[in-house]
Amino acid sequence: MTKTTPHQNPPSSQPTPSSPTSSSKEKTAKISCHNLWKLFGKDPSRFLNQNPSPSPDSLKDEGYIGAVQDVSCEIYDGEILIIMGLSGSGKSTLMRCISLLNPPTSGEVIFDGQNLAQASEPELINLRRHKMGMVFQNFGLLPHRTVLDNVAFPLEIQKLNKDERIERARSMIELVGLEGRENYFPRELSGGQQQRVGIARSLAVEPDVWFLDEPFSALDPLIRRDMQNEFIRLQKMLNKTIFFITHDFDEAVRLADRIGIMKDGRLIQLTTPEDMVRNPADDYVAEFTKHAPLEDILSVNIVMKKLSNGKVPEGSHTLSAQAKLHDIAADVLRSDHVFTVVDDTKKPVGTLERQDVIDALFGAPSLPNSK
Amino acid sequence: MVTDTQNPPIEENRFFSPQVRFVLTTVAIILVAVWLSRQFNELIRWPQEWVIPVKDWVTAYFYWLSHDLDFGLFKFRDITRGFSWLLSWPLYWSEVFLYRGWSGLGTLLPIPWPAALIGVGLIGHCIAGWRLSLFCMACTLYLVVFGLWEDAMRTFSLVAVAVPFSASIGLMLGVASTRNAKAESVLKVIFDFMQATPHMAYLGPIVIFFGFGQVPAMMAMVIFSMPIMARCTILGLRTVPASVIEAATMSGCTQRQLLWKVQIPAAQNTLMVGLNQVIMQTLAMAVIASLVGASGLGQKLLFSLQQLRIGTATEQGIAIVFLAIVLDRISQAAANRPPGRRVPHLFWQRHIHVILFAIAFVVFVALAQVSPALSVFPKSLTLTFGPGIDEGVKWFSLHFYPYVKPVRDWVTVAILLNVRLFYLVLPWIVTLSVLGYLSWRLGGWRLFVMNLALSSFVLLSGFWKPAMMTLYIVNIAVIISACIGISVGIWSAHNPRVAKIALTICDTLQTFPSFIYLIPVVMIFKVGDLSNIVAILAFATVPSIRYTYLGLSNIAPNTLDAATVSGCTRWQKLRKVELPIAMPEIMLGVNQTVLMSLFMTTITALIGSRDLGQEILKALPGADTGRGLLAGLSIAFIGIITDRLIHAWAKKRKASMGMSDD
Repeated sequence: MTKTTPHQNPPSSQPTPSSPTSSSKEKTAKISCHNLWKLFGKDPSRFLNQNPSPSPDSLKDEGYIGAVQDVSCEIYDGEILIIMGLSGSGKSTLMRCISLLNPPTSGEVIFDGQNLAQASEPELINLRRHKMGMVFQNFGLLPHRTVLDNVAFPLEIQKLNKDERIERARSMIELVGLEGRENYFPRELSGGQQQRVGIARSLAVEPDVWFLDEPFSALDPLIRRDMQNEFIRLQKMLNKTIFFITHDFDEAVRLADRIGIMKDGRLIQLTTPEDMVRNPADDYVAEFTKHAPLEDILSVNIVMKKLSNGKVPEGSHTLSAQAKLHDIAADVLRSDHVFTVVDDTKKPVGTLERQDVIDALFGAPSLPNSK
Repeated sequence: MVTDTQNPPIEENRFFSPQVRFVLTTVAIILVAVWLSRQFNELIRWPQEWVIPVKDWVTAYFYWLSHDLDFGLFKFRDITRGFSWLLSWPLYWSEVFLYRGWSGLGTLLPIPWPAALIGVGLIGHCIAGWRLSLFCMACTLYLVVFGLWEDAMRTFSLVAVAVPFSASIGLMLGVASTRNAKAESVLKVIFDFMQATPHMAYLGPIVIFFGFGQVPAMMAMVIFSMPIMARCTILGLRTVPASVIEAATMSGCTQRQLLWKVQIPAAQNTLMVGLNQVIMQTLAMAVIASLVGASGLGQKLLFSLQQLRIGTATEQGIAIVFLAIVLDRISQAAANRPPGRRVPHLFWQRHIHVILFAIAFVVFVALAQVSPALSVFPKSLTLTFGPGIDEGVKWFSLHFYPYVKPVRDWVTVAILLNVRLFYLVLPWIVTLSVLGYLSWRLGGWRLFVMNLALSSFVLLSGFWKPAMMTLYIVNIAVIISACIGISVGIWSAHNPRVAKIALTICDTLQTFPSFIYLIPVVMIFKVGDLSNIVAILAFATVPSIRYTYLGLSNIAPNTLDAATVSGCTRWQKLRKVELPIAMPEIMLGVNQTVLMSLFMTTITALIGSRDLGQEILKALPGADTGRGLLAGLSIAFIGIITDRLIHAWAKKRKASMGMSDD
């Protein structure tokens, strides 16, 4: 907690209605992981049996690499959970543990009440055929199949009849906006188009849970932006439970309901973007969030002065409590007025003026004579 | 040359530079070894009575296997006979179809030659378009017109039946290896030895188990070429990107679906390269198997060579080359096709080539009933240029041999005999000590133990002398080969036009079965050590050229620009920048040259030699399995020792330049 980070001194420090504890209570967990460990080394499972929660030092002494260390988390139905971290922090391995592509050394993965770590191969195959979809950084398209056949592949694996799978694949291709390219081969498409194929393929089985492993990292910045918008559009239509990995904080902020930060195999903090920029768990998280686009993250209800006496400034404009600063800053900064903040039911909950916005975005003044 | 990267620089200043220290140590070891050999005669030549009679044991063992091993209900012999019987059927029918015809219930003619010609053209067109199609048809026409059709088809039947067997066994073994690390490590070692053992050494055991003829030849072909397919399968399956495998797994693939729907199709290019290699190796083996009585082009060529009918041999040699080139180009074109092709919608468009072939077949079968000339090409119409070549050779002998002979004799007497003498008087203790020291320096104790074990085996089993003769021929050949190869490689790397010509020649030379090289050599030099060396040069220079070219072309342009900007002359750039960087690659080329030279010594045995190759050849007719097999293994050991030394050096060198291996 260093002084230089501006957002640690917000004008109002009362708990806000959107704090993670209150919002998560209404939600049900689609997947929950308990004490996941993934070690690489000689005989990791025996080692973990002998000492169930080894310290990083003892791991190192015994020659094991702890790719995932004691991670517990829940992925709620219909939320976008984004895991962030530098390369080698174990985020990809965590995703592979949860999807059982790479079974965890120990721990539980509960998917709809079923412990996947104990599931048999046929059970897993069945689950993958119907409930999971995954998108890969390097697309993972089959080079010898056309776009249509790539998208139809998971359906073919399930031995769906040909007409039906072609029809469903076509509708998926339409969904991602690739109509007309059904007969192209992956090598004839641009990176962005290839990833659209990857997305269409992962959605073809209409999965409940959608895993995305740095889906846009291999793309150019402009196309990445484009694909993020596409992703937002799709999620609005489909409302899947999403487990998403990225190393790009801006991307995480744009897309996430909740963000988790991983370092050296451990999940350090898992919370909403707003809470993370305001209350980073440690210096590492603070460093991550330092250059975060605050105006996109902070919403009015966090920055505003709470209405203490119920008095509303007369004749002032109203702002929505859920609006991001990005959307209202231009109005507020240009005006000398105090704005009234109202919640969803149009009930006034607080006030906001120019000073609040400036403090939230740029921090408290450092020169004594400024206002 | 040998710098230890681990050593801190301080240590290097103590006495001499590491290079000098290395040379001094080597000299010291040699001196001690020579002194020792002066004291004890046994250290010069391994006494005959100390030789362990491994070869007799092996012969006896194989005899026991093939004659006496009894499982109660059936003998081991019955198993091998069962195999032969099984293999003989597909061979029989492919022969019936291709050249023999069938006269059981009514007469069935073999495929009419015009239909076969059109068939080849259609395959070429289907895979790579008109140019390849016309080329393949021209080559096929040669076989027809020169009256070599039947022999070519005998050879081709062998290939056509052996390739599917070999490829599918190789594929299965490869898949098994990728699934089981233990299986892989075992198979890898076996494959290493199998691939370093020359073709001919396989024939001995085959004769014991299967006798002489077409089917034993086919067994040898299958066994010899199968490891290549297995290796390519392992390589191909490994190169399928992890994300593709993961995507397929996440789609809910079972292991079988993963293999057939994802891994094999995605690796198809590498697999096709493997298939290409299998085809070429089976063809090479089919030619060599003429030594165990396989009929076909190889046998005809062998007879012509033995009777020194150079003209006929040339005709037959060209036929083999054409057959090889057609098979190679078609399978290579298939390997180079991009994965996945658009299929036309209409049935007849999709199967146009099959339909056209069916039409051609039916039409010409019908026509052949009317005019037999359309069924089997009439003998009266065949062409030949054999007599012309014979005349030419005669003329050449008359006018030029007087000039060639003194040169040949001078080289033989002044250089070759002296080198040979050196190898023969060299005490074994000196050879082993130097080899041991080199192995230890380059690869540590593991390499030391392995190399000494392999070379001691050659010594103890009594093959030291022929092994030294092999080394003598191979050493001279490799030195010349490397000089030619590296020079041509450097020239190619600096001149795209030269590169194009050189690489085309390399491609073509590589498809020639090794037998072919004997023809021009015998033509010019007659027989003798020099002929052997020249034949080896012709066969084994290709990899040196190719790897040198690759090594130099792969240097980062930035590095070269930096050298130019620093003010290097072209010569300085080559000597101080390009060659040092490319050296590991070049040495791997030389490594290949060594292995190919070793293989070739078994072939040059046919025109006379006194080395391990000759041991193998002599063992063939007498079914002296132990002698042939152990001589073959000795060649394999020499190859493996060289291979490991060069690889260890290249790895060290690459590491010291900060370039990772693979």
